[in-house]
Amino acid sequence: MRTEVRTTANMNINKNIAISETGFVFNPLTGDSFNTNRVGQEILRQLQKGASIDDLYKHLTDTFSVDKATAEKDLADFFMVLKSYQILIEV
Amino acid sequence: MSTKKQKITVAVTGLNNIDSPGPGIPVIRALKESTAFEVRIIGLSYETLEPGLYMHDLVDKSYQIPMPSVGTQPLLERLHYIHQQEKLDVIIPNFDAELHNFIKVADILKNAYNIATFLPTQKQFESRHKSVLYEFGKENGVKVPFAKMVFSPNDIYQLGSEFTYPVAVKGKYYDAQIASTPEQAVNYFYKISAKWGLPVIIQEFVSGNEVNVTAVGDGEGNCMGAVPMRKLYITDKGKAWAGISLADEKLVEIAQTVIANSKWKGGCELEFIKSKDGEYYLLEMNPRFPAWVYLAVGCGQNHPEALVKMALGKKVKPFKDYEVGKMFIRYSYDQIVNLSEFEKISTTGEL
Repeated sequence: MRTEVRTTANMNINKNIAISETGFVFNPLTGDSFNTNRVGQEILRQLQKGASIDDLYKHLTDTFSVDKATAEKDLADFFMVLKSYQILIEV
Repeated sequence: MSTKKQKITVAVTGLNNIDSPGPGIPVIRALKESTAFEVRIIGLSYETLEPGLYMHDLVDKSYQIPMPSVGTQPLLERLHYIHQQEKLDVIIPNFDAELHNFIKVADILKNAYNIATFLPTQKQFESRHKSVLYEFGKENGVKVPFAKMVFSPNDIYQLGSEFTYPVAVKGKYYDAQIASTPEQAVNYFYKISAKWGLPVIIQEFVSGNEVNVTAVGDGEGNCMGAVPMRKLYITDKGKAWAGISLADEKLVEIAQTVIANSKWKGGCELEFIKSKDGEYYLLEMNPRFPAWVYLAVGCGQNHPEALVKMALGKKVKPFKDYEVGKMFIRYSYDQIVNLSEFEKISTTGEL
């Protein structure tokens, strides 16, 4: 069974993660859970749809009135968190 | 259409529902929720302060039984007396240390009193001991950290190149410490051997996340149910105070393989470390249900009920799935007990 969705050039997102309306994220493989804000939810949903890094930058700058440099930095930080929770898996 | 439940009497040990809890009370809760049986519970206790003795909503009647160290004859005599009073149908022992005796008397209980048990064979019981777990892993197709038994501090210094530090120093029944140097290992050797006897086990240390499985085997190679769990909150004794069921197909497959290959009969708990590279290492196989077995019931797999059905010779279908993301959270609770009750169990051995 395929449990990952290919998202960026070198990272996959675990497709089994559950994201609630309130931003509660649960990884059923590890039992880890955490809360994320609206921007985090949006990023995770886009990743689940298979968005590329460029798609994400565009989506974030269009939706949240943020410049590309800030989006790049914040996204890099958020990816580190997602990797630590095994939501994003390096391939 | 409602089906009438079969009335049965089940004796259960492990009523020590304390901070390092025995599995008795969770097993009883599972049986009380059985859809097939209306269960009268007979508690079997070793000590007068086991909290389950006083939980009258769960335990209908209790009897003290002799300590495992006195052997099988006093146990048989006591069970003979209890059976005369209660007409037991099934006994579920829940302590590692008493299982040896219960396995030995299982045939006598069945033939002389028609009391059913559902226990591993003596050989199965011995095969998963910590001291031989490495060999058990080899035979049953599961990775186990390399381990050696040591009988003296000198043995530790002679391990040489077989181990790199840190290592886990383990008691034969209980207790585990991580030693970073041979000197630390010797220190733990003294502490652990003084408490749990010899041998002490030196085990390769594998870092990662601990994940556990509660399971039940039919003794013919079929795993009737398996639910994986990760501890979310651990007490200073290393016991789970909270945990969550996982969607880990690989872990369930490994548990099924162990049970199939060993033809495990009865309940068990498999303790694994999942390493950073995603490999699973079996750290321990406990020969009875864990104290968190009620989580399996919460996830849709009533393992104690399945065990009782098999003990009574009924056909049981393996559980196919379970609910993921179910949590258990323990709590402590002060029972108020009249001195007369404590006096009764202390003097008559019954309550």
